[in-house]
Amino acid sequence: MTTLRLENVSRWYGNVVAVNGVSMTIGPGVTGLLGPNGAGKSTLIHMMGGFMAPSSGTVTLDGEPIWRNPEVYRRLGLVPERETAYDFLTGRQFVLAMAKLFKLPDPGAATARALALVEMEHAQNREIGKYSKGMKQRIKMASALVHDPPVLLLDEPFNGMDPRQRLHLMDLIRQMAAEGRTILFSSHILEEVERVAGHIEVVVAGRHAASGDFRAIRRLMSDRPHQFLVRSTDDRALAAAIIADGSARGVELTGKGIRVEATDFRRFTRLLPRLSKDAGVRLWEVSPSDESLESVFAYLVAR
Amino acid sequence: MNATIALITLRAMLGRRRALLLFALPLLLLMLAAALRITGNADLEVSASVLQGFALATVLPLLALIAGTGVIGPEIDDGQIMYILTKPIRRHVVVVTKLVVAIALVVVFAVMPTLMAGLVLTGMTADLAVAFTAGTLVAGVAYGAVFVALAVASRNAVTIGLLYALVWESLLGNFAPGARSVSIQQWGLSVADAITSTSAVEASVRTPAAVLLLVCVTVLATVLAVMRLRTLSVAAAE
Repeated sequence: MTTLRLENVSRWYGNVVAVNGVSMTIGPGVTGLLGPNGAGKSTLIHMMGGFMAPSSGTVTLDGEPIWRNPEVYRRLGLVPERETAYDFLTGRQFVLAMAKLFKLPDPGAATARALALVEMEHAQNREIGKYSKGMKQRIKMASALVHDPPVLLLDEPFNGMDPRQRLHLMDLIRQMAAEGRTILFSSHILEEVERVAGHIEVVVAGRHAASGDFRAIRRLMSDRPHQFLVRSTDDRALAAAIIADGSARGVELTGKGIRVEATDFRRFTRLLPRLSKDAGVRLWEVSPSDESLESVFAYLVAR
Repeated sequence: MNATIALITLRAMLGRRRALLLFALPLLLLMLAAALRITGNADLEVSASVLQGFALATVLPLLALIAGTGVIGPEIDDGQIMYILTKPIRRHVVVVTKLVVAIALVVVFAVMPTLMAGLVLTGMTADLAVAFTAGTLVAGVAYGAVFVALAVASRNAVTIGLLYALVWESLLGNFAPGARSVSIQQWGLSVADAITSTSAVEASVRTPAAVLLLVCVTVLATVLAVMRLRTLSVAAAE
């Protein structure tokens, strides 16, 4: 069993705090590191990957420090966000070179296995510079998997992938996890994370905001008060009906429609059509007005 | 020394467009030597000034700069160095391998052409060709180490290296004799001076001191590069 542990980790650049007192334990299975852009996800992954020293706190792999300890790379695979690989090498040459750098007993066989795992055999003899973005991502995966590491870190692996490539990578990640690996990947898209990750760690503005399985995170997100903008044939009558029902804690009549702050998201969305029908009002538009990820995160942090 | 790293580095170096510069400068040196020989102008004094002024003072530092910074600088800038740093390979192996490749390139594209130019110009007279071959070799090793260290330490390695080689060594050396003692070029010249019997070569640093300084600078630069690479954070590379 391989465990990656962060204890009270902070990292600052000059006066800017990128990561602030984060503690988390990442065990076998898929963990999603979720947060808006600039939340400190990459800084965290870089510290877990040994590319950056924590300013304070410790990052360990099975109790061993990761910073300045190249030996941990025998048990750690890392897929960086940036696409650049050695563009002048073919996919196979690149993965083979990585296998040799790991000093594997049979680099050729390890390369073939890694290429098969990411289904890149068909393009293995083409130069990486001529690959599409998704293919580059997969060849980087192969290079990180060539030594069969128990821990795999992926920085924004789905960025720039088309839906088909995305599904394939998700399958691959699930498969790796089923083999007992510890996998952590970062993303700023909740849907992406909850489709693959059994466990989610949310970071916002450098702080550890929430932790749990996707249901727990979803619940946190849907239990918060939701704001909707509703336009209808008779805003005033509808507003009265909503207030009378009690599923909203605030209703405001504005020039553009009614602004409703619902306390119970699910109940309100089920209720609204019936309310409007009973009041003889026709709905023109119902739109959530604060659904941006940032506002969801902001709510999580404020708790 | 790691053969895989060396091979990737070599392919990256020779595949890049600026590799053309590697060929152009020594070719110019050889053409100049041939022209002087054919026109009958290749006396000892002229030959010595070509080998000193062009081979040792121009071709060598420029090629060492291209090779020394080129073997590791672009890899750090583009982030590919991550693929090497995420392997259980000790950092000094990485630095020494990069340095060996840089020195090999300097030998092929600066030291060997110097030997050939020297032979074309003077044959074996006064051991001038051998003297400058030895001088460019030892200076080339030191330049290589300094420029590799510079490339690990700074993203502006090429600019700093150019300023050092052209402004400090060439310009200041002419005006301020004191600056000459702190110059890899002069140390190399001192080694050449010790080998050749002609008085056309005159070094300002005594040979034992020059050799000692060359060794110290090479070792110090390599150690610094290893230490810097050990704590290279991607933040600096992004």
